[in-house]
Amino acid sequence: MTFSGVTFAHALNDSGIMLGRNLRHTLRNPSTLFGSLLVPIILILVFVYILGGAFSAGGQYVDYIGPGGLVLTMGYSVASTAVGVANDMSEGIIARFRTMAISRAAVLTGHVVGSVIRTVVCVALVIGVLLLMGFSPEAGFAEWLGVAGLVVLMAFGTAWLTVAFGLAAKTVEGASFATFPLVFLPFISSAFAPTGSMPAGVRWFTDNQPFTPIIETLRGLLIGTPVGNNGILAVIWCLVMALGGYLWARALFRRDPAA
Amino acid sequence: MIAAAGLRKSFGDKVVLDGIDLDIAEGTIFSMLGPNGAGKTTTVRILSTLIRPDSGTVSVAGHDLATRPDAVRAAIGVTGQFSAVDNLLTGAENLAMMAGLLRLDRRHRDRRVAGLLDQFDLADAAGKPASTYSGGMRRRLDLAMTLVGSPKVIFLDEPTTGLDPRSRRAMWDRIRELAVGGVTIFLTTQYLEEADRLADRIVVLDQGRIVADGTAAELKRRVPGGHIRLQFADSARLRAARSVLGAARVHEDALALEVPGAGDVRALRDLLDRLDAAAIEIDALSVHTPDLDDVFLALTGRPVEEVAR
Repeated sequence: MTFSGVTFAHALNDSGIMLGRNLRHTLRNPSTLFGSLLVPIILILVFVYILGGAFSAGGQYVDYIGPGGLVLTMGYSVASTAVGVANDMSEGIIARFRTMAISRAAVLTGHVVGSVIRTVVCVALVIGVLLLMGFSPEAGFAEWLGVAGLVVLMAFGTAWLTVAFGLAAKTVEGASFATFPLVFLPFISSAFAPTGSMPAGVRWFTDNQPFTPIIETLRGLLIGTPVGNNGILAVIWCLVMALGGYLWARALFRRDPAA
Repeated sequence: MIAAAGLRKSFGDKVVLDGIDLDIAEGTIFSMLGPNGAGKTTTVRILSTLIRPDSGTVSVAGHDLATRPDAVRAAIGVTGQFSAVDNLLTGAENLAMMAGLLRLDRRHRDRRVAGLLDQFDLADAAGKPASTYSGGMRRRLDLAMTLVGSPKVIFLDEPTTGLDPRSRRAMWDRIRELAVGGVTIFLTTQYLEEADRLADRIVVLDQGRIVADGTAAELKRRVPGGHIRLQFADSARLRAARSVLGAARVHEDALALEVPGAGDVRALRDLLDRLDAAAIEIDALSVHTPDLDDVFLALTGRPVEEVAR
């Protein structure tokens, strides 16, 4: 349980190199990035222009679902990390890293930070699309800063979780399936409709799952709805996901690789 | 430089290494020879800190494997059976990544990378992704990456498997150069010729145990007289002869049988008597001095090809 002999500076150096490797992979294989952007954008278009007319969530519907769309985007973006990690672990280069006197966590840190950067880029692009669709947030500078902070925090938490999924999966297909909750949970939340309109059992679930407080906090910051205790719940959920994912991923990566 | 005692490893019920002892001197080429599944790769994976043995002690470059794995890692380089290069990065980027991870002095990094690209004939392809490289180029890049940190001990796990004869010879030359430079080399191979050409010392691994240990010449001496090659007119006679003579290497296409053992008159007469008693006619007979194929057959009772299948 120690980084025997590897100082913090070394870990930083190694993680930086792994991040560079990860970002190069993204740039040289951009279809993954486009793929994880396309689905949430299409879903947002469908909800606003096809289903949106039938909803009455108060005010403009695009304003209501904007924050949910961002969480949906994060889910899809981070989910691709699990597949990336599972793919990477099957490569011989990982075995080489394991035989070198480098920080063991660096490979994972590279994936997590790379994933956060990709997610932030995706969210920024989706905000652009939403603005083109007439999304009109009332957020000032401080609120935008809060939105950025929460986006990074959620990306960080879910990225550690998906890195663990990717390590735990025996196949790339398995890794893809393991991230299903991340892309599906936003649908059973307050992302597209207020939970008040849902049957009691569903409502209990949507009110208490991690994405609802995150969405409500983003909504409050962006269009000024009441946040209540959602802010603190959102931060706690993100930290819990980050810590759980980190500990799980670390344990999985330290185990001997399969024969 | 490498010392191991009582190395054991099982995966589930399957015993892969069943008590291995090794003692490898600095600056020598040590070859572990054996068919697929004998436990060669598992040995390399243990010695290179990738997996832990179930029991046994190992020291590499003076460091205990169990207590100081990072000190061992700092002294070794590994070129595995499956290429350990990053396919999406270029050759130069792969080497630069290694230089960074090994924390080489920044001023020397570029020179080191350029030098290795030149040395391994990769300068022209330096800017292309490794995924576009041929098998031979990929192995060269793989070995160059292993050498970035100037390791004292290098593990080469079947470094020429799948290479064409020309690339194989070029790889042999590079391995010899490394040993001349004082690097200790642990080489696994299933090619007897490779071990014969390169190794100062050879151990033969069969079903997780070392069944022979010595120089190529010593191993050959253990099979005095090499083998007797018998030629038959048809495959019925060939098969009949095989059932009479037992352990023998069969060349179906050539209708020939190679029987290990001494080529002296007594052994020859005995052989011919047994074939006569079974009324099997021989077309031609010749006596051969031994190579490592004969050694393997004599040690394990099975020819290399048969075991590998």
